Amino acid sequence: MTIELGLFLVLALAAIATALGMLFSRNAVYSALFLVLNFATVAVFYLLLSAPFLAMAQITVYAGAIMVLFLFVIMLLGAEQLQPAQILPWQRPAATVLAFLLVAESVYLLVFRDAPQARVAPAEELFGGPQAIGTALFSQYLLPFEITSAVLLVAMVGAIVMTRKEKGD
Amino acid sequence: MVPVTYYIVLAALLFSMGALGVLVRRNPLIVFMSIELMLNAANLAFVAFTRTLGTLNGQVFVFFVIAVAAAEVAVGLALIVAIFKTRRSINVDEMNFLKG
Repeated sequence: MTIELGLFLVLALAAIATALGMLFSRNAVYSALFLVLNFATVAVFYLLLSAPFLAMAQITVYAGAIMVLFLFVIMLLGAEQLQPAQILPWQRPAATVLAFLLVAESVYLLVFRDAPQARVAPAEELFGGPQAIGTALFSQYLLPFEITSAVLLVAMVGAIVMTRKEKGD
Repeated sequence: MVPVTYYIVLAALLFSMGALGVLVRRNPLIVFMSIELMLNAANLAFVAFTRTLGTLNGQVFVFFVIAVAAAEVAVGLALIVAIFKTRRSINVDEMNFLKG
C-alpha cells in the first residue's frame, strides 16, 4: 500500500464521516461546521488529483465565503434547532432505501458499465495551476466567464431586493 | 496514483448522502447544505475524470460550478430570510403558500 493510497483511504473516511455528521446533527451550526470539514477534505482530494488552483478556490469560496454566509443566516434566524415534526412517518425509511438504491445505481453505471480508462496520463508540470486555468478561462472559455460575472451581479441584486424592507411594513 | 475509480465511487457516495439529506431533513438550511454537498460530489467526479483524460476542460467547469453555487447560495439564503420574516418559521413542511 503506497502512501498515496493510505492518504486517500483516511481522507475518504473523513469525508464520509463528516458528511454523515452534517446529515444527522441536531444542531444546524454543527452541520455547517461538519460541512466545512468535508469541503476541506475534498480540497485535499483536488490536490491529490493535481488541481491545486481548484483546491485553493474550494477553500476560499466554499469553506470561506459560502459557509460563513450559512453560519450568518443560521445565527441570524436562530434556526439552530427546529422542532422535529414528522408529518410523513414512512418518509425516513423510504428515503434511506432510495439513497441506497441511488448509490448502487450510480456505482454500477459509473464503474462497471462505463469503466473509465485505467491508464492515467502523467500530469505535466503546471497542470491545473493558476497559469493553466487562467489561460483556458481567458481564451477558450471567455464568454462563459463573462456570463458568470453577470450571474453573480444578478444574484447580488436579487438578494438585496428580496431582503429589503417593504414600504408598507 | 490512486485509481480514478475510487474517486468516482467516493463521489457517488457523497452525492447520495446529499440526496438523502434533501429527503429527510426538515430544516431548509440543512437541505441547502445537502445540495452543496451534491454539487461538491459532482465537482470531485469532474476533477477525477479531468485527471484521467489529461485536459483542463473539467477543471474550468468546476470553476464555473463554484461560481454559480455562490450565486445560488446568496439568492437561496435571501429567500429563506424573506420567508422567515413573513411566516416566523422556516420548516419546509409549513411552506405551502406562494404568497405570504
